[in-house]
Amino acid sequence: MERKTKVNAEDGKQEILITREFDLPLELLFKAHTEPEIIEQWMGTKVLKLENKKHGSYQFETTDHKGNKYGFNGAIHEFSPNQKITRTFEMENMPFGVQLEFLEFEKLTDDTSKLTIHSVYRSVAHRDQVLQLPFAQGINMAHNRLQEIVNKLKQHI
Amino acid sequence: MNLRRDVFQAIADPTRRAILLLVASQSMTAGAIAANFDTARPTVSKHLQILTECELLSQEQNGREIYYHINAKKMKTVADFIEPFRQMWDDRFNKLENIMKKYKK
Repeated sequence: MERKTKVNAEDGKQEILITREFDLPLELLFKAHTEPEIIEQWMGTKVLKLENKKHGSYQFETTDHKGNKYGFNGAIHEFSPNQKITRTFEMENMPFGVQLEFLEFEKLTDDTSKLTIHSVYRSVAHRDQVLQLPFAQGINMAHNRLQEIVNKLKQHI
Repeated sequence: MNLRRDVFQAIADPTRRAILLLVASQSMTAGAIAANFDTARPTVSKHLQILTECELLSQEQNGREIYYHINAKKMKTVADFIEPFRQMWDDRFNKLENIMKKYKK
């Protein structure tokens, strides 16, 4: 299967480029980024606040399977319907710092569209930490599962 | 080039990922690594061999002991390291696409 989502993270640079083409008209792709109840579905997060306008701000909250809550927030610097959103993004209580995001929406055909997310980080080290986060979570989950299995085995000895 | 496939296979195994996590915190001998697992020692040795062959771990002789330590540079340059990040966004965007296709109707 073709990889529809592409991630470009060049070595030694403090930016990430995410591109994806959608089988959706441009207007629907944009709507998915502005309607709280739709964002909640595909991002798997709760939208506490979302002001779709220049100088507006947003606040999201995610709860993991253990009930721990993680907050995300940012400020919107540019909001051009069906074209562009420029915003900051920050994970609360995490050492990653704030990142600057440029979301660009493009019409390809009447039924297809393209999204480009260009994220800029404070340093190469900050970017690499964010990139490695899902990998580290994968390792941690594997490790936790392993620990559970080991604990169960120990109980039976 | 076979290397990338090998590295991907190396990190696809949960035990090997757990070994990488262990060794990431400090260099360890094969015995110390094996003590963290209920798996038979030869099985752990096999995992260590695969990780070493993929250059995710490297060996260092220290007196009579051989210590394994993580090859951070290799971990960083491996393109597959980015794969979980890409996968996360791909999953999100697939959901977005499905939701909006229904929304249209």
